[in-house]
Amino acid sequence: MTTFAGSQAFIGIIYLIASALFILALKWMNAPPTARRGILSGEIGMVLAIGGTLLQLGVDGKLEHISIDYTWIFIALGIGTAIGVPLGLVQMTAVPQRTALSHAFGAFCVTLVGTSEFYLGTPHIPAFKMAVLCCEVILGGLTVTGSLMAAGKLQEVLPQRPITFKGQNFVNLTMLAVAIVLAVYLVHDPGATHLYPVMVGIALMFGVMLVIPIGGADMPTVISLLNSYAGLSAAAMGFVLNNKLLIIAGALDGSSGLILSVIMSKAMNRSFTNVLFGAFGQVAAAAAGGQEARPVKSASPEEAAGILAAASRVVVVPGYGMAVAQAQHKVRELYDALTKRGIDVRFAIHPVAGRMPGHMNVLLAEADVPYDRLMEMDDINGDFPQVDVSLIIGANDVTNPAAKTDKASPIYGMPVLDVERSHTVMVIKRSMNPGFAGIDNPLYYMDQTLMLFGDAKVFVSNIVKELAH
Amino acid sequence: MGTALIDGLFVFMLAGFIGFEVIKRISPLLHTPLMSITNALDAIAVVGAIVLVGRNESPLAHVLGILAVIAATSNIVGGFLITDRMLKMFKSSRPTKS
Repeated sequence: MTTFAGSQAFIGIIYLIASALFILALKWMNAPPTARRGILSGEIGMVLAIGGTLLQLGVDGKLEHISIDYTWIFIALGIGTAIGVPLGLVQMTAVPQRTALSHAFGAFCVTLVGTSEFYLGTPHIPAFKMAVLCCEVILGGLTVTGSLMAAGKLQEVLPQRPITFKGQNFVNLTMLAVAIVLAVYLVHDPGATHLYPVMVGIALMFGVMLVIPIGGADMPTVISLLNSYAGLSAAAMGFVLNNKLLIIAGALDGSSGLILSVIMSKAMNRSFTNVLFGAFGQVAAAAAGGQEARPVKSASPEEAAGILAAASRVVVVPGYGMAVAQAQHKVRELYDALTKRGIDVRFAIHPVAGRMPGHMNVLLAEADVPYDRLMEMDDINGDFPQVDVSLIIGANDVTNPAAKTDKASPIYGMPVLDVERSHTVMVIKRSMNPGFAGIDNPLYYMDQTLMLFGDAKVFVSNIVKELAH
Repeated sequence: MGTALIDGLFVFMLAGFIGFEVIKRISPLLHTPLMSITNALDAIAVVGAIVLVGRNESPLAHVLGILAVIAATSNIVGGFLITDRMLKMFKSSRPTKS
């Protein structure tokens, strides 16, 4: 039996090394210069863990005199790779839906393994194991359908607007309660195989119900939250299989998702419950009602170019509208043209500027904007009084001063960029229609504000042309 | 079972704290790549699925295991690939030594 003991210790040590490499991977992710080392570390850990598991299987097979089906393992690994490569090559604008889809895949794997463990073990599953197994498949199941819904909304195959109905919260909470009651019963009687599919089915439905009331603007929070659930379900699977590496990876992923959700909901001035129970839609609809036409000042590309050329400090405020108009490369050209004239150009990035945490940074990095020019909200807000021109491209709510002053505003209390404190504000916008949340922005009527009406991409390239003269 | 549970809870608690401390320090600049790499690392769940397929204890476990290996592998490959592509794009305006 020495070989057996030897193999147990061997796989334990492999998993230990892999755990350390995973933690280092995240540690090195903290800043761009070391981040790619983090990927290498994660990859080595992954290869070690998978290789170790394959070896261990072989040893166990010999000891227990069972044949190990390596053929199907390698076929499945091959198919997974064939699906994974195109998913790794998507456009940067599609990264949010790709991420949502991969949360669904991760949770799908966890739910399937949990289900297999249940049917292999029933009716003799110890109470604790059954309890974590239920956590695993409930969290996994709701993450699968919830993430698919989120991916569908982001890809715009499903309607982006929130779908709400009367008694929604009651229905959702009832479903969750029923799933928990079934889980408790299954812990008590793990032989109740007819109840298990009902519990999983309710978890799957609950995932759908959780995401339908959520609108496009709330996606950063939802993706982060689903990330956290996916991690926690994997950790629960680690408890079921008594696998410490899985517990560690799940805990890391779970805490990462949780931190990001907290950052995102703070940036949107929302509580978790508020995001999940989607009250925003109604408020915004009410606010969009009472509008009157007020005079605004507008300017042509020539005038805008003249003002920019005369500035010494410029801050660009990009929003998701810039990405929708595919204007980021033109914005980089503008950055180059202004920098060449010795003008200091920086970008002010609001935490929810994109469709997922950090999305705007990736989009600008893709357009070759140097990352040290990308400033976080808290770092740049104090500098706005020294800024000559703030150029807002495709952003609205994140620049709305009403969030600071108007208690009646639906976004009151949301942290915003203090653009109105700069000398001149220029806003590129298609028309005076209110933004995503349907909230009017008083910034547009201020004395120092110039509206630049038109398509973001066309307008910016016209400014660049003027600057070239 | 009892001690394994307690051991597991210790590991979970410590890993949770490490996660909070390490991830708190990550620049918001890299939050998207962070999410894609944690996704890839989370797909380590593939080891559980590999064992299910390899041991082939029941037809159901075999089929579900195969699907689970496919889903997790696509996350590993896709996750690392896209994280690497994103990080390659992050360049500084200051000239680098290399």
